[in-house]
Amino acid sequence: MWDYSEKVQEHFFNPRNAGAVENANATGDVGSLSCGDALRLTLKVDPETDKILDAGFQTFGCGSAIASSSALTEMIKGMTLDDALEVSNQDIADFLDGLPPEKMHCSVMGREALQAAIANYRGEEWSDDHEEGALVCKCFAIDEVMIEETVRANQLKTVEDVTNYTKAGGGCAACHEGIEEILTRVLAEQGEAFDPNAAVAAPEPEPVAAQAKQPLTNLQRIKKIETLLDEIRPNLQRDRGDVELLEVDGRNIYVNLIGACSGCQLASATLGGIQQHLADGLGEMIQVLPAEALAHRDMMRA
Amino acid sequence: MSKGIYLDNNATTMVAPEVVEAMLPYFTEQFGNPSSIHQFGNQVGKALKKARKQVQRLLGAQYDSEIIFTSCGTESDSTAILSALRAQPERKEIITTVVEHPAVLNLAEQLEKEGYVVHYLKVDKKGRLDLDAYQALLSDQVAVVSVMWANNESGTLFPVEKMAEMAKAAGVMFHTDAVQAVGKVPINLQESAIDMLSLSGHKLHAPKGVGVLYLRRGVRYRPLLRGGHQERGRRAGTENATSIIGLGKACEMAQEAMAYENSFVKAMRDKLEKGILDQVPYCFVTGDPDHRLPNTCNIAFEYIEGEAILLLLNKMGIAASSGSACTSGSLEPSHVMRAMDIPFTAAHGSVRLSLSRYNTMEEIDRVIDAIPPIVAQLRELSPYWQGNGPVEEPEKAFAPTYA
Repeated sequence: MWDYSEKVQEHFFNPRNAGAVENANATGDVGSLSCGDALRLTLKVDPETDKILDAGFQTFGCGSAIASSSALTEMIKGMTLDDALEVSNQDIADFLDGLPPEKMHCSVMGREALQAAIANYRGEEWSDDHEEGALVCKCFAIDEVMIEETVRANQLKTVEDVTNYTKAGGGCAACHEGIEEILTRVLAEQGEAFDPNAAVAAPEPEPVAAQAKQPLTNLQRIKKIETLLDEIRPNLQRDRGDVELLEVDGRNIYVNLIGACSGCQLASATLGGIQQHLADGLGEMIQVLPAEALAHRDMMRA
Repeated sequence: MSKGIYLDNNATTMVAPEVVEAMLPYFTEQFGNPSSIHQFGNQVGKALKKARKQVQRLLGAQYDSEIIFTSCGTESDSTAILSALRAQPERKEIITTVVEHPAVLNLAEQLEKEGYVVHYLKVDKKGRLDLDAYQALLSDQVAVVSVMWANNESGTLFPVEKMAEMAKAAGVMFHTDAVQAVGKVPINLQESAIDMLSLSGHKLHAPKGVGVLYLRRGVRYRPLLRGGHQERGRRAGTENATSIIGLGKACEMAQEAMAYENSFVKAMRDKLEKGILDQVPYCFVTGDPDHRLPNTCNIAFEYIEGEAILLLLNKMGIAASSGSACTSGSLEPSHVMRAMDIPFTAAHGSVRLSLSRYNTMEEIDRVIDAIPPIVAQLRELSPYWQGNGPVEEPEKAFAPTYA
């Protein structure tokens, strides 16, 4: 059974705004029958103010598809069309206190139904701009099509390249066989063979330790850590999260994950990524620990 | 909610209390290694011997040495197919079906990548094989035929005994994945031409983590695991003694319950199926109802999706499973439903109800009452449904942009 949040379950068992809106003046039909999820969103828009007066959904799909549809209609009622277009699939997932990685596409479908309905209202042609493939990396919810396209566009050659560009394979590593198969296939199209020992496209940063012989002062070290955190901050912010430095205690570096990162199921993977980056940059063995660990340390000292 | 109603016995079964009881002493006082010479080992060795006999009897095997204990059905399948390939390196072809369990299908796909030619027999809309097409594929190039005895999703039975005869006549080894059939349909291997058969303990009220490969005496064989002399060197590794002892007991009980399975359990299944079909419009039974496991019923509910049905059933304490894409964790509905050419709008709504001898008529009545309102509730949400029936020309009325 999926690990659905209370809120997902609640919206599935008691969906809001089910059914078609009467006298709707906007309709968006999206989804794929082969995948088993399809959604019709109907809106009643006030032509004077561009406000969404009413929204209703009809969904053929699983629990999270129905919950995402219900959440979407709740979120957009009362919004102007321009504001509604700002609603992202992550907003829908957040509204539901998160969705399992395999089910994120349900929130994508919600957003696309909204785009399609608004295009329909405005008399525009809407075409789907993303294609979905089988989920390869379950840790970071990366699908086959995304990996294939990234490999093609960037001439990637190794699993490590794919992880650097898409995050796929950066967690539990169970999907590395699948990524190798994609690389083999795409490289074969270009008349090349996949070589598991090929050099990584993006050169590894030179370990700082090799250059800096002088040990850093405490202040220099903390500044350096801040700089290194700034380097990876955009990655976190792209996923609507952030990180702040709390304390540096010898080789223990305490950070606080905030925004979407806090409570994220992938928090430990994120910490691992931060640790790797800091260790590379400082050229020393360090350990990155979450805020809870700091509280624990202080309690032990008290 | 009272105790739940478990109708997912093709996924796994409850371990019978008598089986647990038979196993318990072998966790504690009888902990010896059956290979040891002392009394600690000897007692366990004797218990394993008894279990082997019990399995032999249920399968109607001629010799107890034809029973090889493994860790699961999947291991048995892999061992059988890989053994046939390694024992006959000059043969590079395999025959199987499009509706096999992933334990066979995914292995076959991997073998294709390694250069083997795999022939996948197709099925018709009722899930039946074309034996003429099968006959045409049999040749001295084929190393092994692997065909399931009963389908795990639809319960459809394949004529494996006849197919084994045909393979034998062509000089080809025959393996059957009988994980769903053992304990539910009578099997008499000594009267058949089946060379290898896989079974899994947890499908017949034994614990998880134990299986059997039946290997007919004289069939050329290469072990998957080499090492110690266990299982006469055909499957090395210290025996999972407690589970094997449990499996033996479960086989004995299955044999005693065979008539009950094929009369009373079947009657419960038939009542359940009729009760649903009579009340719910736009649904149908998948597979071949005339050649089917006595415990399995697979119904496709049109215009709604299976996971949603399961979640609502679960809320009422009823456990079942579905062939929808969401529940399989893939982007396509069940390969079995697709192979039978069941349209997407129905395949995603297929629900499998699989019974056991531990179910009761009272439970069946409660499920018959529970399902119609659940289906109606979801259809009210469906873009394909309006009022009391599907919208006119559903596929045209709602044709979403591919996303």
